[in-house]
Amino acid sequence: MPDKQKLVVSYAPFWHNGNRVTDRSLQIFLAATPAALFGVYRFGLSALGVLALSVSSAVLWELAFTRVAKRPVSVGDGTAAVIGLLFGMMLPASLPWWAVLTGTFIAIVVARQIYGGIGANPFNPAAVAVAILMLAWKQRMDFDAALVNFAFDFSSAFPLGAVKAFGTDAIKELSLLDLFIGRQVGGIGSICGALLLAGGIYLILRGIIRWEIPVAFLAGVAVTAAVFHAADPLKFAPPAFHLLTGLTLFGAFFLATEDASSPVNFVPMLIFGAAAGAIAVFIRNIGVFAEGLVFAILVGNLIQPLLDKIRPNALGKVN
Amino acid sequence: MTMMRSKAFFGMGQPRMEYTPVPPRIDRPESIRPTGPVTLLHLRPTEASAIPNVKIGETVKTGQKLSLYGTGDYVTSSVSGTVTALAPFPGSFGRNYTAISIAPAPAEVHDDGLLAVHQDPSLTAALDFLTAVPGMPGLKRLSDEDRPLKTLVVCGVDQDLLVFTQQYVLGARGHDIQNGIRMLQKMTGIEEVVILTRREAVQGYGGHCAGRVMGVDHLYPSAMPQMVMAGLFGREVPAGRTCEDLGYCFMSAEAVASIGAAFSTGRIPVNKLITVIPKDGVPRLAEAPIGTPVGDVLKRFGTAVGEGDRIVAGGPMRGVALFSLDYPVQPDTDALMVLDAAAADNSSDYPCINCGDCVRVCPARMQINLLVRYLEAGKYADAEESYDLNSCVECGLCSYVCVSKIPILQYIVLAKHELARMRSTEPINA
Repeated sequence: MPDKQKLVVSYAPFWHNGNRVTDRSLQIFLAATPAALFGVYRFGLSALGVLALSVSSAVLWELAFTRVAKRPVSVGDGTAAVIGLLFGMMLPASLPWWAVLTGTFIAIVVARQIYGGIGANPFNPAAVAVAILMLAWKQRMDFDAALVNFAFDFSSAFPLGAVKAFGTDAIKELSLLDLFIGRQVGGIGSICGALLLAGGIYLILRGIIRWEIPVAFLAGVAVTAAVFHAADPLKFAPPAFHLLTGLTLFGAFFLATEDASSPVNFVPMLIFGAAAGAIAVFIRNIGVFAEGLVFAILVGNLIQPLLDKIRPNALGKVN
Repeated sequence: MTMMRSKAFFGMGQPRMEYTPVPPRIDRPESIRPTGPVTLLHLRPTEASAIPNVKIGETVKTGQKLSLYGTGDYVTSSVSGTVTALAPFPGSFGRNYTAISIAPAPAEVHDDGLLAVHQDPSLTAALDFLTAVPGMPGLKRLSDEDRPLKTLVVCGVDQDLLVFTQQYVLGARGHDIQNGIRMLQKMTGIEEVVILTRREAVQGYGGHCAGRVMGVDHLYPSAMPQMVMAGLFGREVPAGRTCEDLGYCFMSAEAVASIGAAFSTGRIPVNKLITVIPKDGVPRLAEAPIGTPVGDVLKRFGTAVGEGDRIVAGGPMRGVALFSLDYPVQPDTDALMVLDAAAADNSSDYPCINCGDCVRVCPARMQINLLVRYLEAGKYADAEESYDLNSCVECGLCSYVCVSKIPILQYIVLAKHELARMRSTEPINA
């Protein structure tokens, strides 16, 4: 048969719902931006510097690695920029440039590209980077020490640090509303619960993250904190305090939901979220770190392959 | 462009894609005559040494059986005319056909082979004359003694979106379908007959038909045989088995109507009903002899086909892209769709990001995010053993929602094909 006309042949289906990786990255970036900008308002231009360096260096590390490893250039999908932004949002505003560069190198190259790039990272890259910086430069990552030269019109003590050192007496003065609207000390983009919650709900409604993981995570935090608080109200903070301080809301919506390192089935998502949330409170209350939430996320990532074994029976499965 | 469905801005749930009903105002099927030769695809590789029974220059009648090498299988001539060419024709997945071209003559002469036996419908007569009638009845299934069938399921619903061929046949050819059901019952002894229709149409059939009428949900892919088995009959087809293994024989309404018409008139039906979906998205109905080049069908509706466009035999989810406008209408070509080069979607080689959209949309509850990793690596046996490859009903929803645009359905079909091929060659190697 002579080909008079060149037709394109491809395999079914011929329709697609139009979802793109780039679009997902853009949506996550947009959802996180208000909380990040609030950090700039709160901590000033040094916060903007940290965020800008974090995003740009993450993109450049990704570009450099794909060039060196002769992999397809993937910075266009925006995932490196998202990792850079999320990493930057967890940092104290005073973190020096070399620590930011080290962090994005760990996130992009060590935690992601070495494992095969997008979709193949077993751990949340931004959480890995923060965890390593916390171990490597404890003082630089300690909010009380790092933000000592900043002046605030509210208590300048890191709430989780205060409660760990002095018990619930130290946080008596804090109002929950203040914590919710960002009148507290913490990571650049993780202090304003209201904006983080809004961004998270936006992502859930857009179908980009699933409600199961954040809801289970927050429930895990609340229930575990309630048990501790009931056991010793003087030593351990109440659940609402745990929900609104540190990285809780940020972790629930932006860390735990990372695609590659979280499960996809209903029950596993609930277990994953609840386990990570519970571990986060364990670390805060009886661990070494005042805020060890990133470690809880990493433990969740660690059990994810096992959790994915819990799955519904496929159609007509022969056992 | 109405042809592309995109996700709603706020979309937490799964895509809800519904089958298309017959439009309330649809013209009668446009009758199309081929402008040149028709091409019949005989599923037989062209053999270099054997002399074919069908010769170039031979005159054939409408409805005449053509069997190239005298084996049991044959094609049915859809026109009266002269055989002009025999040529090898490679199909997909390693199938080899021989294309028999027949130039139609002005006068139509009908073959009278069936006329001699049509008064006494038997499975032998059906197998002898009707295996390639419009609708593709798959008659060989009826004669398998190891797999007795107890239920005939007449599909008056379509298997893909936008297509309403079978729904139209169910509405327009009730008499032929009733005849066909009676004939099939008589020749096979099957007692139970179920007629599938759109849910809201069930009421219209009360009392005066030969089978039990059941309504199928509008949501894709509820009308697929495996989904009907699970949803309507409450019997999941075990992975890797077929509906026939459980005693159910699914047959398109058009095939049943063809059988009914053939035995009541003694003439073999040769015209295939087709839903034509041009670029403007307004569907139309056409009726063309099997073997008519798809280009002739599309030309009739003034559908211009440009460079880089896609011609799809079937619907948007499960159709097959054709490489040439000369490709012939087949007994099971329920639809022809033209996709503009700009509207068609290309797949990519991006890796899976593990978003889980495919897992949530899969009607077979498969772990596609894990399965696809095995398929990409060519580990088909592992995919079958641990990740339920054989549960797949091939609806294509996973590819439809894939953020990375991985051709998941293609991987799955290829894997099944490769496993079957390996199994068929194993005894020889052993």
